[in-house]
Amino acid sequence: MVGALASSVSVASSALLGAAEAAAEHGEHAAAVLNGPNSTLKLGWLVVALPFVGWLLTLFFGKRSPMRGAIYGVTALGAGLLISIAMFFQVAGGAAPYHQKFYTFDIGGYEVSTGFSFDSFTVMMFAVVTLISFLVHIYSLAYMKDEVRFTFFYATLSLFTGSMLLMVASDNLLQMFVGWELVGVCSYLLIGHYWEEKPNSSAAIKAFITTRIGDVGMMFGIFVLFFAAGTFDIGGINGLAASGGIKHGILLAGATLLFIGVIGKSAQFPLHVWLPDAMAGPTPVSALIHAATMVVAGIYLVARNFDVFRTAFALGPGGPANVVMIIGTITMLIAALLAMVQDDIKKVLAYSTVSQLGYMVAALGVGAWTAAVFHLFTHAMFKALLFLGSGSVIHAVHSNNMSDMGGLRKEMPVTFWTFLIGSAALAGVPGLAGFFSKDEILHFAFHNHYYAVFGVGLLTAALTALYMTRCVSLTFFGEFRGHGHPHESPRLMTVPLVVLAVLSVTVGSLNFWGMKGFGVWIAYAGEQHVAEFDVVAMLAGTAAGAIGILLGLWIYYWKKAPQGLLDRVAPFRWAHTLLMNKYYLDDLYIKGIVRPVQYSLSKVAYWINQKIIDGVVNGVGVMTRKALAEATYWLDQTVVDGFVNDVANEAGEAGGALRRIQTGKAQQYVAVAVVATAVLVIAVVWAVR
Amino acid sequence: MRLMSILMLSAALFSIGIYGVLVRRNAVLVLMSIELMLNAVNINLIGFGTWLRDTAFVNAQAFVLFVIAIAAAEVGIGIAIVLAIYRNKASIAVDEVDSMKW
Amino acid sequence: MSAIETWALTLAVFLPAAGTLAILLVPKKQESAAKVTALIATGLALLAGIFIALRFDYSNSSSLQFETNVPWISAIGARYHIALDGISLPLVLLSLLVTFLCVIYSWKHFPEPHNPRVFLALVLLLETGMTGTFVAFDLILFFVFWELVLLPMYFLIGVWGGPNREYAAIKFFLYTLFGSAFMLIAFLAMYWKAGTFDIVELSLNNPGFAKSTALLVFGGLFLGFAIKVPMFPFHTWLPDAHTEAPTVGSVLLAAVLLKMGTYGFVRIALPVLPEAARSWAPWIGLLAVIGIIYASLCCFAQKDLKRLIAFSSVGHMGFVMLGIATLTPVGINAAIFGMVAHGLITGMLFFLTGSIHERYHTREIAELGGGMLKKLPILASLLAFISFASLGLPALAGFPGEFMSMLSAYNPAPGLSTGTFRTFMVVAGVGTVLVAGYFLWMLQRVNLGTVPERWESTEMHDVNGYEYAAWIPLILLTFICGVYPQIILGVTDGAVRGVTAAFGG
Repeated sequence: MVGALASSVSVASSALLGAAEAAAEHGEHAAAVLNGPNSTLKLGWLVVALPFVGWLLTLFFGKRSPMRGAIYGVTALGAGLLISIAMFFQVAGGAAPYHQKFYTFDIGGYEVSTGFSFDSFTVMMFAVVTLISFLVHIYSLAYMKDEVRFTFFYATLSLFTGSMLLMVASDNLLQMFVGWELVGVCSYLLIGHYWEEKPNSSAAIKAFITTRIGDVGMMFGIFVLFFAAGTFDIGGINGLAASGGIKHGILLAGATLLFIGVIGKSAQFPLHVWLPDAMAGPTPVSALIHAATMVVAGIYLVARNFDVFRTAFALGPGGPANVVMIIGTITMLIAALLAMVQDDIKKVLAYSTVSQLGYMVAALGVGAWTAAVFHLFTHAMFKALLFLGSGSVIHAVHSNNMSDMGGLRKEMPVTFWTFLIGSAALAGVPGLAGFFSKDEILHFAFHNHYYAVFGVGLLTAALTALYMTRCVSLTFFGEFRGHGHPHESPRLMTVPLVVLAVLSVTVGSLNFWGMKGFGVWIAYAGEQHVAEFDVVAMLAGTAAGAIGILLGLWIYYWKKAPQGLLDRVAPFRWAHTLLMNKYYLDDLYIKGIVRPVQYSLSKVAYWINQKIIDGVVNGVGVMTRKALAEATYWLDQTVVDGFVNDVANEAGEAGGALRRIQTGKAQQYVAVAVVATAVLVIAVVWAVR
Repeated sequence: MRLMSILMLSAALFSIGIYGVLVRRNAVLVLMSIELMLNAVNINLIGFGTWLRDTAFVNAQAFVLFVIAIAAAEVGIGIAIVLAIYRNKASIAVDEVDSMKW
Repeated sequence: MSAIETWALTLAVFLPAAGTLAILLVPKKQESAAKVTALIATGLALLAGIFIALRFDYSNSSSLQFETNVPWISAIGARYHIALDGISLPLVLLSLLVTFLCVIYSWKHFPEPHNPRVFLALVLLLETGMTGTFVAFDLILFFVFWELVLLPMYFLIGVWGGPNREYAAIKFFLYTLFGSAFMLIAFLAMYWKAGTFDIVELSLNNPGFAKSTALLVFGGLFLGFAIKVPMFPFHTWLPDAHTEAPTVGSVLLAAVLLKMGTYGFVRIALPVLPEAARSWAPWIGLLAVIGIIYASLCCFAQKDLKRLIAFSSVGHMGFVMLGIATLTPVGINAAIFGMVAHGLITGMLFFLTGSIHERYHTREIAELGGGMLKKLPILASLLAFISFASLGLPALAGFPGEFMSMLSAYNPAPGLSTGTFRTFMVVAGVGTVLVAGYFLWMLQRVNLGTVPERWESTEMHDVNGYEYAAWIPLILLTFICGVYPQIILGVTDGAVRGVTAAFGG
């Protein structure tokens, strides 16, 4: 194993040298490049390439390799993480963005170029993706140890990471769309990891198809912007949009269509239905793909093309209500409500993710770019932590249901404390990561006069605190309700938890009020932003979180709430039924669209095909054959053949008559001949005379 | 008048031949009758040749020689057929040979 | 031009036909000699094709290269005029490659009633017809090659096919013949008007038909080509032919034969009758998108794996035709890319169904019953991979063609209604969701789940050497074309601009 590690490192280092040589083409000395102000940004392509190499190696040589192939992914992501951190420090130090062009091609009058663009936003995404992915790679070594298709799991994990990085590094919408779809297919493969069970593969298909509906919208949005700007280049399109070079109507259409893609990928209402089902995949996958990275692709898309959205929807202080804001607000509330009633711990977290994504979308909808991106950043940390923590619990009790858990704080102290920190961060406990990012969003909503968003945001914050308190209470407090003897998870799983817990506590301070931190390092198009202290937002947010936590403790920890409310009070009962049935959206989609297409409509189409279209073809064939044949036969029999037959018949009859003369007796013939000659002679003589 | 008598002779011979062909049942006699008819034709040819004062009598004589030669061959084949029929049917009666009808 | 360059194209076209003769001279007993002959003939033809590809002047892809133009039937002015440009080249290479791979694949996979000698002879004859169609620049020559394809395919289906083969073979033959009769009439109409059969001359100096006549003549061409493509509603011969045809027949039918129809549109119908094409384009686009949705819906109803793929072909060719109907460079580039991609992907899909059928002795999805990833992991993985390529996953060959075809529909050529074509684009977009739906559902029912009891004790061998040899090139090309689309677009673009110049695109 050591040898393999060494060889992987040497591969990585030789690749590094290759990068240096590539950079040297720009006329600079290799060493100088590596020491330049944005030198590590030039290694960004390597971060993208490494996971792809890891994927290929794992796929083809994985089963014969050390650690059953996990070595490649771990090495690739480890190296990628180191480079990303170096890049992060460089952009935080004010390094200029670096733009790397690959090849261009012509698709009939339009130049399409491919390339990477590394600015601070991209680098932040790189840091998040490689960090979470690396931790998940480590964590899965233990979590997936006894699971089926370990090697394939790692291969797909690497492919996912590579595709995600490809997407965030793209300098143009087309290439971004490629990465966007590739992460979708990886998500499909990983959700359906346990494909022996049909519900899991169905969940995978549901995720793929639902997001693909959004993707089609996004694709059309790309078309609109492409023809408006004449390029796929993100910088070009946004520059033109900001300068008013694109007609407002077209820009509005393009932005709205792009946003359909966001609705699909980032699980916004009404296409959020796939994300809870996606929990069928292994828990590390949920942490990586369905919490920290892939689902924020939509946020990334809007944030990356913010000039398009800002101009199209007139975002900013006092701007009109817009579709982004509305969808985000609806989503954060309905998902938070759904999280209240789930028994499956992963589904609680899944709905929580949907809700937090709604927060980010709403933030973008009110024009709070930095706040949304910062929330993306902190959410990735604590939500990945929560998912990995829930994985640790599930690993111990062999069940997803909180009704099988309880009282685990003693058996699993590390998991408990880290999970508690994650929950507190999510609930917005002051000082932790979630507090700062949520505060930023509420502050913006309030100050840009989006009071509806502000109000619903507060309500959601309270609900979030409530359901997380419920989740922690049911899982870690009370009596153990499951079977067997749960015990703490191995180091490989707890160390990532601790790392993420530390980050969940600390990253919030990167954007401390008045500090030139996150908002200065990660700025959109140079618009630096320093968080301001705002007493209204801070107090309201804190109060909402406190109310939620106290309510949760009252109901689930102290158990002081009146029992049986759900059964006795009709509106509660109705609401509960509505939530348990997920607002009947799934039923509507399945019964209203999927089943009809799958079974009824398809049958009708095929019936039309066989009976009508093919029926016409066959009918024409048969009729041609029959009618033409009949007609020809009649013609043949009566007219053409009739004549022939007549001749033949006459000849036959004549022959029959004459046959009697032919006796076969030569003497008779001669007699006839003689008589006939005699007659002839007499006739001739008579005539001559 | 000399031509007339020759033609009379020829006609008489031919009539005897026809009579023989038509009425005799014996195939050999039919063949002999055919010979008679052929010779009647030969006499005719020579008679006309002389009467037409064909200076060298060449044409008529050439025809006659031809006819004699063919007749000889014909009789040869004829006798052979008769023999074959006799072998098959143990008879040379011409009215019994009627298998050539249709 | 050196002698070898003069002859290279003729060699590529007629080497397989020579191979047919050679195979027929091989004694009936010596099957392996027949196979080797077929392999050599197709291999040499492929080498000739590669030679052409290497010597092709890519900077000048719109002009005819490797041209041979000599009198042929002087009584009617028909000439033996073959050449290549950027539109022909990818298709010629595709047909040469796919036939070569078919010969490799059929080494050990001969369907009943066996008789490899005649089978291979027919395949080789087919190759000459297909390649010839893509290089012929004389209408009569084109027609001869076009019809030459019918007969071998008729016998391949009718002799080596499934239980209902005779019906399918006759349907295929008559339906195509029906269309080509109208096509021939259109050819003759052009000849009487313009006095030449030469496609280049006709494209340069369009026959000056009156407007209504031009529409009719285009209609004749449309019938001939659309039946071959096949476009909705002329597609019903295709599922039957595919279901009954032997594996190799299906592969060639899907990979190459269908492209002859779309190629006909690009090569003859659009350049010769541009005005009529503009009038017809919305209707072609309409039929194309109906075909996409309709074929996808039919796919959901299929119980037979091969029939499902046959219907999916109709849908994919709908995307190709939508690209052509836009009359823009982007659209026609998309169409040619789509043709090649569909050839690679669907050819591969038919190979896979053939191999699945060989192992399970059934193609009923319900009878396969799932769990193939457990039973035959490599075969099932390939099926999944190529299905993803087929549903248009980016970075694989299916994506660029679909994407560009919809892109072009957003902005069709001047004179075409933007609103109409944008509606088509949206409908096609819905189609891509449906395509993903039925492919994933198929994969769920075939690949995933547990192995049904009835197959548990059955011995099955995963992919064998011949299959690897035949498939790896297709898989690699599927990947390369997806990652680096320029490999095809770079060849076609120049030639396509020549075609679309008449539409102001």
